Amino acid sequence: MTGEDVRSALSLTLIGAGIAFFLAGSIGVLRLPDLLSRLHALTKADNLGLGLVVLGLTLQADDAFQVVRLLLVWLLVLFASSVACYLVAHSATHANGEPTPTVGPDNPSMDKRDGR
Amino acid sequence: MPEWMTVALWIAAAVVLATIALGLVRVERGPSNGDRMLAAQLLGTGAVAVLLLLARAADAPALLDVALVLALLASVAGAVFVRRLGVQPVQRGQDRTAEDGP
Amino acid sequence: MAAEVHALDFVLVVLLLWLGWRALASADLFKAVVQFIVFGLLVSLAWVRLGAPDVALAEAAIGAGLAGALLLDTLARLGRKGATDEVRPLGLTPARAGIALASLGLVILLVASVLALPESWPGLTAPALQQLGASGVTNPVTATLLNYRGYDTLLEIGVLLLAVLGVWILDAEAALPAAPADPMLSLLLRVLLPLTVAAAGYLLWVGAHAPGGAFQGAALLAAGGVLWHLARPLSLPASRPVRAAVVLGFAVFLGVGVATAVFGGGFLTFPPAYAGAVILLIEAAAMVSIAVIMVALFVGRPAQGTK
Repeated sequence: MTGEDVRSALSLTLIGAGIAFFLAGSIGVLRLPDLLSRLHALTKADNLGLGLVVLGLTLQADDAFQVVRLLLVWLLVLFASSVACYLVAHSATHANGEPTPTVGPDNPSMDKRDGR
Repeated sequence: MPEWMTVALWIAAAVVLATIALGLVRVERGPSNGDRMLAAQLLGTGAVAVLLLLARAADAPALLDVALVLALLASVAGAVFVRRLGVQPVQRGQDRTAEDGP
Repeated sequence: MAAEVHALDFVLVVLLLWLGWRALASADLFKAVVQFIVFGLLVSLAWVRLGAPDVALAEAAIGAGLAGALLLDTLARLGRKGATDEVRPLGLTPARAGIALASLGLVILLVASVLALPESWPGLTAPALQQLGASGVTNPVTATLLNYRGYDTLLEIGVLLLAVLGVWILDAEAALPAAPADPMLSLLLRVLLPLTVAAAGYLLWVGAHAPGGAFQGAALLAAGGVLWHLARPLSLPASRPVRAAVVLGFAVFLGVGVATAVFGGGFLTFPPAYAGAVILLIEAAAMVSIAVIMVALFVGRPAQGTK
């Protein structure tokens, strides 16, 4: 087994781990009961899912410019999603300018129907 | 790049796309507009990941620029949403009747 | 093509068809807008798969970015009541039947014309690539848009110019109540604005030899402008500097066309020695104009009397 093979295998492992986080994030967005917990699930996909995919791909990059662009894409998505999630969460908890702490499960009856 | 690596990257791109498609169910169900918006955010991140994987699989570094543009604009729709509309609380029981069709 | 390529294309096509249907059928306008934004994202991926990264770039910037911003803003202006469309019964009326029949006829015509295409038509790719050396750029898409079919792009910029004139002529909408300043939004602006400007310049420059160009760069700049307007509301009246910026691209393009018609080989026929520089000049001017036009479309006409 050459060094090249080891690098390819490591790269694929990282990408696979990233996909696992995308899956976890998507399932979280789908299954968690209310908006704020779904935001929590979403950030996993952005931070770790894309992060691990980017890390895996940097191992295969042809030149430094590609590595820079890959990392820049990740940092930008990280920043954009953090700010967007903050803004959405802030908007949800401060409806009409007042803090509204009562953000509970949207529809408990539906949860039972789904067998949860 | 070995042949099996290209195959693996194409499959990875397809799996990411299929995975984030789960978020479309959240867009469909809501119930609040905030839920729909955050699901769109997830799909945006997924599309970036697909582009990065394709850039390597198809050996087309120009796709990195497409991903860069998507990443730069990832927050614009969310920012407009929050500033202009804001998350509207869902009245209990109303979200079910607001659903159109099965 | 191998199976793994088909797998991706299959998922993409299924999602596109489903999203297109849902965005049209949904009675909840907000849901339809979100589905349209996601549709734009996936259409961008579809362009990548069709081997058109230039179009993918434009679709990513405009479809997924600016169009979504414009639609969400429109939704806010329609008001909360208007955010849910009135229930539209899906019954068959004569008008709908007519539209359906006309659409069906169009589909049949399109399918027939695709089937009527000769199987081995060489297309225009070969002549386009053959003339590439004289076009001033090495990206065939930029060569086609700015050199071979320059008048086409000139008219496109003219259309955008007319659009912003239309918005300025329309009566001013009452401004939406300004939300209180948000520190995170200011941070977003401070970080993203310089990056969008840098990336727009990069796309403009790289357009000569790789996917990129004026429209893509302008869409990025405009997104920066939209963020600016959200964080610190702008007022874009039809003042002299704004008007100058709006017509700059069209004026430079037209001026070059007239100059080449008078002194050179004809309207928009660039001399090969200067073609590269001329294209860059036109694209830079067009990028500024298109960006200002797009931001002006988002901001709308400020109400009379307020600032």
